[in-house]
Amino acid sequence: MLRVDALDAFYGRAHVLHAVSFAVASGEVLVLLGRNGAGKSTMMKALIGLLRPRGGGIDFLGRQVAGWEPHRIARLGMGYVPEERRIFTELTVMENLAVGRRPPRDGRPAWTPERLFALFPNLGRMRDRPGGRMSGGEQQMLTIARTLMGNPSLVLLDEPSEGLSPLIVEQMAAAVLALKAAGVTVLLAEQNLYFAARVADRAVVIESGRVVWSGTMAGLMGDAAARAAHLQV
Amino acid sequence: MTVFLVQLLTGLAGAAALFLVAAGLTVIFGVTRVVNFSHGSLYMLGAYVGWTVLAHLPHSIAGFALGVVVTALVLAAFGAGLEMALLRRLYRAPELLQLLATFGVVLMVQDITQAIWGAEDLTLPRPHWMRGFVAIGGERFPRFDLVLIAAGPLVLGLLWLLLHRTRFGTLVRAATQDRDMVAALGVDQRRLFTAVFALGAALAGLGGVLSLPDGSANLQLDLSVITDAFVVVVVGGLGSIGGAYLASLIIGVLQAFGILLLPKLTLVIVFAVMAVVLVFRPQGLLGRAADAVREAAAPPLVRPAAPALRLLGAAVFVLLAAAPFAVGPFAVSVLTEAMIAVLFAASLHFMMGPGGMPSFGHAAWFGIGAYAAALAATALHLPLPAALLLAPLAAAVVAALFGWFVVRLSGVYLAMLTLAFAQIVWAVALQWTGLTGGDNGILGVWPGGVLAGAHAFYWVVLALCVLATLLLRRVLYAPFGYALRGARDSTLRAEAIGLPTVRIRLAAFTIAGAAAGLAGGLSAYSKGSVFPTYVSIGRSVDALLMVLLGGVQTIAGPIVGALAYTGLYDALLLATSQWRLALGAAIVALVLAFPQGIAGAAQQLRRRAA
Amino acid sequence: MTVLAAEGLRKSFGGTAAVQGVSFAVAAGEMLALIGPNGAGKSTCFNMLSGQLRPDAGRVLLGGADITALAPRRIWRLGVGRTFQITATFASMTVGENVQMALLSHAGQVWRFWRPVRRRGVAAAAALLDQVGLSALADTAAGVLAYGDLKRLELAMALANAPRLLLMDEPTAGMAPAERTALMRLARDLATAHGIAVLFTEHDMDVVFSAADRILVLHHGALIAEGDGAAIRADARVREVYLGSGATSGGH
Repeated sequence: MLRVDALDAFYGRAHVLHAVSFAVASGEVLVLLGRNGAGKSTMMKALIGLLRPRGGGIDFLGRQVAGWEPHRIARLGMGYVPEERRIFTELTVMENLAVGRRPPRDGRPAWTPERLFALFPNLGRMRDRPGGRMSGGEQQMLTIARTLMGNPSLVLLDEPSEGLSPLIVEQMAAAVLALKAAGVTVLLAEQNLYFAARVADRAVVIESGRVVWSGTMAGLMGDAAARAAHLQV
Repeated sequence: MTVFLVQLLTGLAGAAALFLVAAGLTVIFGVTRVVNFSHGSLYMLGAYVGWTVLAHLPHSIAGFALGVVVTALVLAAFGAGLEMALLRRLYRAPELLQLLATFGVVLMVQDITQAIWGAEDLTLPRPHWMRGFVAIGGERFPRFDLVLIAAGPLVLGLLWLLLHRTRFGTLVRAATQDRDMVAALGVDQRRLFTAVFALGAALAGLGGVLSLPDGSANLQLDLSVITDAFVVVVVGGLGSIGGAYLASLIIGVLQAFGILLLPKLTLVIVFAVMAVVLVFRPQGLLGRAADAVREAAAPPLVRPAAPALRLLGAAVFVLLAAAPFAVGPFAVSVLTEAMIAVLFAASLHFMMGPGGMPSFGHAAWFGIGAYAAALAATALHLPLPAALLLAPLAAAVVAALFGWFVVRLSGVYLAMLTLAFAQIVWAVALQWTGLTGGDNGILGVWPGGVLAGAHAFYWVVLALCVLATLLLRRVLYAPFGYALRGARDSTLRAEAIGLPTVRIRLAAFTIAGAAAGLAGGLSAYSKGSVFPTYVSIGRSVDALLMVLLGGVQTIAGPIVGALAYTGLYDALLLATSQWRLALGAAIVALVLAFPQGIAGAAQQLRRRAA
Repeated sequence: MTVLAAEGLRKSFGGTAAVQGVSFAVAAGEMLALIGPNGAGKSTCFNMLSGQLRPDAGRVLLGGADITALAPRRIWRLGVGRTFQITATFASMTVGENVQMALLSHAGQVWRFWRPVRRRGVAAAAALLDQVGLSALADTAAGVLAYGDLKRLELAMALANAPRLLLMDEPTAGMAPAERTALMRLARDLATAHGIAVLFTEHDMDVVFSAADRILVLHHGALIAEGDGAAIRADARVREVYLGSGATSGGH
């Protein structure tokens, strides 16, 4: 589905990603773990095209998309859920969803507002509410739903649990697993190890913009030495 | 009573034209975040293109309607072309550089329009239907103005439907909030932006062609319209179309009654309304409080100048001091102007760079200083030192007064309010003929006594400008300068560690005003005269150009910028009669080549080399 | 000894009640955590305490004196330091200069126009940076700091006025687990050594339960529980509206 090859990226003058490589297989949930500033968000932005990588390749569904503009990558089937949520606060829930709408590309059934409201019942109860008058958890659900309206094959989820209360984080985990069940591939960036352990199949640990560990999530949870060395838990 | 009604209707008709321009400006700003200075030029082009189009069509109502539509379409195409050729390359550039580039477009369009249509005002032959009147309680009211009055709500309604009932509209409103996110959801930003710019240009063109029956196509339209449009957009709230409509009604009606009751103070009233609105509702009548700026690049640290740079500065100073012995009187007068420009630019940089308060009206302080010095010399017969003391003092007092309103705002709103205040000062200079001589200005302001010789005065200018500029620099390295930067970097943090940010910004505003006033006072003596042009928009833009050319975030920037700009300006003036076209093109090219300014680019080169 | 007392604080935004009658007190040397779901009113509470927001009703007492609705900078002068949920520092200054600025303000030396900052209070700033473990980064621009370091810089600035009360809004968000523990231990040491009262909000339950002496739970703008870690963990209502099963938050 996605193959990242020796990717280099800068943020302003700072060299953030150093030759990072990994691959995401169709249908799996891969988590990028690492502390704030490790380069997870930069990686996500580089993948969707909001930040132009300086070197290396991004192979998405057989196309080299490194350096493409965001809308072309999105139209190819990549969905991006940013860390800061970035919903359109002055648009209603339905209008937010409308902005994300794109025709489906593969044979899978298209996401409709009704299907999404089944996944996030809270949203269905506030269709005409402006995004700005929703709580943090509801906004996080809306931003995921909005991305799904584009019928992506791969969803980039940047820290969906950040700043949310434990109860909402549980609901988020359930939503990610529901996506996986619906056949959507997920690339997750997280700091919350408990959350990652609940939803991810494989993990890639990034430290100062370099991959320092990769393997199965179960393997990471079973390897106390690796966790202590790279994640300090 | 009837007079009142007719005047009200006249105001509403004026409001319609204002609304058309302002609506386009506000839609473009909302989505692209570009403050399009050239929007007045689009309006002006609408008037000229409309004049040509209508000349080739039958002078009937149907012919006029067709001509209006054709003109709007021509302008839409022109706007789309302008967006694709220039603005598209600027979206990542800092806000003020975009403004600068679009001002370059203003200059270019000026010369191009003059080359095509000539310098004469062009009026429309008025067929019978256009000249008709309706009787309102015994008063006659032009029938065509009723068309204008209807045009405002009609366009407002159509725009509302477009924005709220179409997918294009939903995307535009989404992009107004977060254009990158819209792109990440698969929407082609470039097509969206081009479409929005074309829409805005069409609205401006519409306004231009509809103004023809009551006025003319002339070369002054661009700047006069853009000033009014800025006021309307800022009063209404940037990006709010409903706000633009409401504000255009208020301003239009005020202007209509102002002309009737207090013709000399109309401008002052309009800008006073703007000041009051901004003080009580800093985001405009229907505007929303700005979201926090996302990922603004961190401004660089301020380090002491490198020894090499200090040496270079000292060497240049020695050369300048010795210059009169080596060059002729013309060169000395050019150097005098350059020195004054350096101080003027440094004073603007002080509040704009470290202070984070961009001003579109810095000429106000320059002008007040110039008039204060001139009046001291001619009316009070004070000697030069006293007059030069009075110049910065007068500017500082007025700056402290205006600043009380200004420093509470930020960003584009702050810039617009400074523009408004500068226009008030300009209006006073123009209209208080008893004091300022109006258009005739004040003449005969010459340094007397020992300073009468050209060289002696040059040295005075050199010494005072260098001294004042160095003092401004010194302050930036002292606790006050750091506190000022702190208030800019994070008002939240500054207040949380006990810094009185409003007072600090006001003090900086006053200091900048005083320094600009000194520059103005010196300029009065250097030229021997003072005119209202000292306070014109053009003068304010000069200062902005110098600072932005040099680079806002470098302390040496304004000095480099002032020298580069005065050099470029003088060279172009000598080389070509179409200097506006050349200067405009040069500005656009410079902005595209050096988005960090000249000194900023040099600093970056040095850092890369290191 | 009570350092800060909130009495019946209320605040509404456009008809929606964000905080409805919240009262509590923090004692010298005590670490008090304020937790609750997103939108429960934690930040609103904080902003009323530090002067960013004016309460609709209620009082804020610092050492017995009424400081309700004073400007943030006046509250700071009375000895309240604060860190922000989204860090706020001076990006165009070095780490050291950020702290120097706070010290200069504390010493009332802001309105000085001549002697450069680089010759003022360098040693005192270095001492504060040493306290929070940032000495090595003193000459780095604050604008390029990693998030965890920014949080520490904010703490150093908050300490520059020798505060009686520290208000920390999500102090460990964005830090690695080991850093979180270290920062909260630092806060604990400062609280104990100088008798500083610390009030903080936090979403990391590991941090809350290990660092706080006492915990307040806010829901829909009202306090629904108060007590030590064990009591809060056992509270059925808190589990229902906030903690959940604990599967994604470390089993609490």
